[in-house]
Amino acid sequence: MTLADVCAALLFVGVLAYSIFGGADFGSGVWDLLAGDAERGGALRVQIDHSIGPVWEANHVWLIYVLVFMWTGFPTAFTAMVTTLFVPWLLVGLGIVLRGIGFAFRKFSATLDEARFYGVGFAASSFITPFFLGMIAGAVASGRVPIEGGDRWSSWTGPTSWIGGTLAVLTCAFLAATFLAADAARAGDANLADQCSRKAIVAGIVTGVVALGAVAVLEMDAESLSNRLQGRGAPFVVLSALAGATALAALHRRSFALARIAAVGAVSSVVLGWGVAQYPDVLVDHARIEAVAGAHATLVGLVIVFGAAAVTAVPAMVWLFLLVNSRRWAQADEHAA
Amino acid sequence: MLAQTSQLIAARYQMAISLGFHIVLSCFGVAFPALIYVVHRRGLRGDADALLLAKRWSKAAAVLFAVGAVSGTVLSFEMGLLWPGMMSAYGDVIGLPFAMEGIAFFVEAVFIGIYLYGWDRLPPKIHLRTLIPIMVSGLFGTFCILAVNSWMNAPSGFHLVEAADGHVDVVDVNPLAAIFNRALWTEFTHMFVATYFVVGFVVAAVYAGGILRGRRDRLHRTGFAVAFAFATVAALVQPLIGHVAGMRLATDQPAKLAAMELATTTEAHAPLVVGGFLVDGKVVGAIRIPGIASLLARASFDREVPGLDGVAAADQPPANVVHTSFQVMVGIALLLLALALWYWWRRRRGVDPLESGRFLRLALIAGPLSVLALQAGWTTTEVGRQPWIVNGVLRVEDAVTPNGGIWLTLTAIVLLYGGLAVATWLTLRSMSRRWRGQPDADLETPYGPPAHDTDAQRVEAR
Repeated sequence: MTLADVCAALLFVGVLAYSIFGGADFGSGVWDLLAGDAERGGALRVQIDHSIGPVWEANHVWLIYVLVFMWTGFPTAFTAMVTTLFVPWLLVGLGIVLRGIGFAFRKFSATLDEARFYGVGFAASSFITPFFLGMIAGAVASGRVPIEGGDRWSSWTGPTSWIGGTLAVLTCAFLAATFLAADAARAGDANLADQCSRKAIVAGIVTGVVALGAVAVLEMDAESLSNRLQGRGAPFVVLSALAGATALAALHRRSFALARIAAVGAVSSVVLGWGVAQYPDVLVDHARIEAVAGAHATLVGLVIVFGAAAVTAVPAMVWLFLLVNSRRWAQADEHAA
Repeated sequence: MLAQTSQLIAARYQMAISLGFHIVLSCFGVAFPALIYVVHRRGLRGDADALLLAKRWSKAAAVLFAVGAVSGTVLSFEMGLLWPGMMSAYGDVIGLPFAMEGIAFFVEAVFIGIYLYGWDRLPPKIHLRTLIPIMVSGLFGTFCILAVNSWMNAPSGFHLVEAADGHVDVVDVNPLAAIFNRALWTEFTHMFVATYFVVGFVVAAVYAGGILRGRRDRLHRTGFAVAFAFATVAALVQPLIGHVAGMRLATDQPAKLAAMELATTTEAHAPLVVGGFLVDGKVVGAIRIPGIASLLARASFDREVPGLDGVAAADQPPANVVHTSFQVMVGIALLLLALALWYWWRRRRGVDPLESGRFLRLALIAGPLSVLALQAGWTTTEVGRQPWIVNGVLRVEDAVTPNGGIWLTLTAIVLLYGGLAVATWLTLRSMSRRWRGQPDADLETPYGPPAHDTDAQRVEAR
């Protein structure tokens, strides 16, 4: 394993973390969109506020992490990716802005109409952002991003991109519903917890079905990735299926702690499988890690920065997650500002 | 060629608007936590007004930080989307401080989450202390971002080697040398102090406005005094740092200095040119103060100040823009320094300046003026670097994206940020109005459970 490989792995740690943490936040927005009118959706929306309010900004930083690790560690691959996939990146950027603003401003709305206005922005952009990120992943995974730049439209509108976008939204929704069910149960709202676990089960089953279909699509459309996925990626695929099934069973039995771990396991395995199948390419079929890695001294610097983050940012994140998952934070809302 | 130029103009405007928008919010991200810390600490020591201020400011901060987080993300997208020529050639030279800034952003975002939601959930002392990592990461984040910007002005940490086929390779990359470039310390401290300057004057202006409208209570006075104290310290220090920052230019960026001073010819005993425009190579409408430019920029009357005559026409920045923005920055900074000194001098003499309508009106205008000074200063350094994106090494036209349609994305960003600015303004104003109607800092979210359809019902339900 070379230094460049290590940096690629560290970059992928960010992709994985963003898929899980960022993904659950986006998925919450998807359920917010589907929650119905103010009467029916109020309880769920308040739970969403409470669940992602303290964490969404920190989770969002993983995206920045991925971008800066990519442009610092693999500058030419980064430019090829953003230049070729200019349009979906713009849409992701727009989605990121509207999601953050919509979420933050809704909380401080004075009237229901105002809350609706910002709420729609938040919820709709929570849907489109992971979708286009999934399309971007599909474009890279199916070998449509050459290092010298590819077609601005056909590169990200192939079958793998559509599958990638759909799967991204579905996994986000599955994760979010599982997390929300666990949060609602901890806050003592059994009714809402029930409602969310039903959503999670539906999302989980649909995700599984689409993932099966994805295997066939990848076979035709993303040969290199598909071959490696069936080879060294296979254990991750199996693991993901097992964890997914465990999560569904746990959700059915309303044991949320297990469901949450299993859901994270299912989604991480699938993302890891993709990562392992990408190796040793940064851009599948077009750019190997070694070939596009940046200067040696800079790669060393990246590893040091990661180490520094591990002893500063990571403990802070752990504390935040322990706090928001403590009983005191789940239930203190009536007294808090 | 024409299409290419128009593309470049659109990309530059888009970057300018995105940065101009974000720079104001990042000031709040860096400096506002310190103001909140002061009032929060006072509040824990028994000052109920200060505690209420801390609660309200933390809610306003929640809004501003969210806008800052997303507008900062837009910038990181634009680095690649608009300037791939810089990122592909120099990404590994100057990317590292961006990665380091990632750590700062993580820590900041985590502790902002903890602080904003920590009211009544954390032990008060620990809760107060969660502001400290936010302040530290603001400082460190400023360092990282300014490391990148200062490198663009004084690039170092690499060598260029021309291959046989004419292709230029970037070799011997030394990221530490790139970070610790010659412009780093002055640019970093100048910007860091600017964040306190802006936030101090803007927050003070909000309370000056309230007092002008007759809300003369202790809460408003405390809010004003704390913010104005920060602004005063910043206003005192900033001219000194700015002066030191300017001294670097004579050797590193003579073209920028010439444009700032509107110096057409390289000369010793160079006069300070106040006001004026460059028309057909001649300065018109300016007041000249003999020798002062040499004294300020070179610390001696006898030393030469570089003029535009020493710079090839193709390498000159637009001098009128740079000169005007530079003078606007300096002019406002001196004006606000005078205002600050006047305030404290009057207080020392036992007169309450807050009783003076004239002072309050000036303090109110000082808020927007401080933002204008920030924008002018940033315009000076960015436009003054033109036509280079990396000074002397890479031109903006060689870095810009080959993608078409930048006028469309520029239009989109103007509309988006215009809407965002209005929404931020309306939300903060609406929060402030609601606070006036109720004594505590709580703001109820207007959706369930149970879902309330009208404000009237909501009030009943409380």
